Amino acid sequence: MNYSLLSTEMLMAALGIGLLVLTILSPREKGHQGIGYAAVFGMVAILVATSFQYGINETTFREIWIVDDFAVFMKQLFLVSAIFVTLSSLDYVRSLPKYHGEFFVMIIFATLGMMVMASANDLITLFVGMELMTVTFFVLVSFLLGNGRSSEAGIKYLILGATSSAIMLYGMSLLYGLTGTTIIPELVDGLTWSPALAVAVIMILAGFGFKIAAIPFHMWSPDIYEGAPTPITAFLAVASKAAGFAVMIRLFIQGVPVTTGVDWIVIIAGLAAITMIVGNVIAIPQTNIKRMLAYSSIAQAGYLLVGMMAADVAGIKSILFYAMIYVFANIGAFAVAIVVGKHLNSDKISDYAGLGQRQPLLAIVMTVSLLSLAGIPPLAGFVGKLYLFAAIMDQGVLWPAFIGFVMSMISVYYYLNVCLYMWRDDPKDDQPIHVSGAIKLTVVVSMVVTLVLGVYPQPLAEMANIAAKALF
Amino acid sequence: MNETVYVIAFYILAAIVLFSAIGVVVLKNIVHSALLLALTFVGVAGIYVLLNADYLAAVQVMVYAGAIAILIAFGVMLTRRPNMKESNPFNSSAVVGFVVAAGLFGTMAWAILTTTFPLGLTAPTDEISVRGVAKLLLEDYTVSFEAAALLLTVAMAGAIIIAKGAKKA
Repeated sequence: MNYSLLSTEMLMAALGIGLLVLTILSPREKGHQGIGYAAVFGMVAILVATSFQYGINETTFREIWIVDDFAVFMKQLFLVSAIFVTLSSLDYVRSLPKYHGEFFVMIIFATLGMMVMASANDLITLFVGMELMTVTFFVLVSFLLGNGRSSEAGIKYLILGATSSAIMLYGMSLLYGLTGTTIIPELVDGLTWSPALAVAVIMILAGFGFKIAAIPFHMWSPDIYEGAPTPITAFLAVASKAAGFAVMIRLFIQGVPVTTGVDWIVIIAGLAAITMIVGNVIAIPQTNIKRMLAYSSIAQAGYLLVGMMAADVAGIKSILFYAMIYVFANIGAFAVAIVVGKHLNSDKISDYAGLGQRQPLLAIVMTVSLLSLAGIPPLAGFVGKLYLFAAIMDQGVLWPAFIGFVMSMISVYYYLNVCLYMWRDDPKDDQPIHVSGAIKLTVVVSMVVTLVLGVYPQPLAEMANIAAKALF
Repeated sequence: MNETVYVIAFYILAAIVLFSAIGVVVLKNIVHSALLLALTFVGVAGIYVLLNADYLAAVQVMVYAGAIAILIAFGVMLTRRPNMKESNPFNSSAVVGFVVAAGLFGTMAWAILTTTFPLGLTAPTDEISVRGVAKLLLEDYTVSFEAAALLLTVAMAGAIIIAKGAKKA
């Protein structure tokens, strides 16, 4: 048993428990912003620690726990998004009625759940990690205490999340029944085509489809994204989705590959196609920025599924690359939505009128983020989509790239719609919007990364490539 | 002889589980539903005994039939309405629900019946006794065990946050 492979998770758990105790011990509710700073610094330190884990590629606890380059890459993605979410909620928590310190602690535990998922090499550990993440999100989504919409979102997420977990668990139990093992790489030895395997694969895909909000398992996401506190919406859209992809990739590439006889690539292809088409089309008429970003994130899951269809090193690499730049673009957009939403007390897109005059920095970041999500060159989103569609076109399959291209063009419409409001229209009142230092740091970093990776993607592409190779 | 006893016991237990589960859904009084749910849990515990999983059966009785059923009873008591008669009404989607459930049952039954599962014919190992379970939890499944412990901590803190609400304590 090699406990050193658990070091980052242990540090994360210690950070969470320590800050929870600190929150309870410190009497002043107002001083709890300090907990947020401590959380940020702690997670930055853990992020640095994870970068020393590249190249280990070992398993422990009888292969139940794995630290390979893929897991490390995903953990860094979760930590980066958790750090930015915490930074952008430092001011936001003041508008929460109570429990400011606990808000940050919950973010840490949700991230820990994702990290467990990334390193889980067995179905039970995978499931417990996923539940740690999901249960924490139930609390986080309903954190706007006394706000009906937030409570409604929390209840909806609880019921639908529990149902999807139950369905996935049923599929996993069938896999165990067929193979007699829960360890993912050992599953493949015992599997041949059988009706029960097909049912198991469909049920597990339905469970993962819920987590990544692929259509038709997306029903929960718009309501919950709208009702949840905005930083949590960002966290759900970015990290929870990436965590779903992480376990889905590991399970389906290593545990139930297509060679076992169940051609899940056909199912993924269907999901990818309707997710790209429907997600983008429904995003067009939205008037609430959080709902618009919710549907946009559904559509983005469709693009990521195209990389899953390729099911080779290039495909997985493109998913990892796109997931990382998607984090920065989305965090940028949501950070602006947090500030504007808090200042104007409204999430309507029409209320973004004249943001370019009132607060040019926020308007610029929002524009860059949205254009990156739309995939306009020379921003990072363009390179990411190029990798995704090139991976599937290399296998001679052209239609996903075609749908993706057309749908990206359509998505430009609703992304640019927001930009039009911001730059063309005159503001309703001229008062400048105050932006705190933490938000400035978040939005500037996300914008710089989006711009730099657009023209110089090699370093991240190389990292994603190393991570993807660990699975094959 | 021994074999027949097992088979008879299995069918009795299965009947208890199935019929009480149907009762949970169909009965109009939610207190009756809660009691039948406890009976379902006990029936499942009986099936665990037949599978030689004694410890699991004990846990099932204590946690589900004991703690969870009492929690449900408390939940019913604390939120009850004056008249319990129509407290568990059918909703408007009963027909759709029946069709979906029947379809799912048919698919699952077809899939499981037409698949040959690799049956482990070995004698029960000590993995099903208390000693075996403890060994598994504290050696191989340490990560899941600890993650579950953290999950409970978070769930408890979250429950307090949501239950206490925004009111000044």
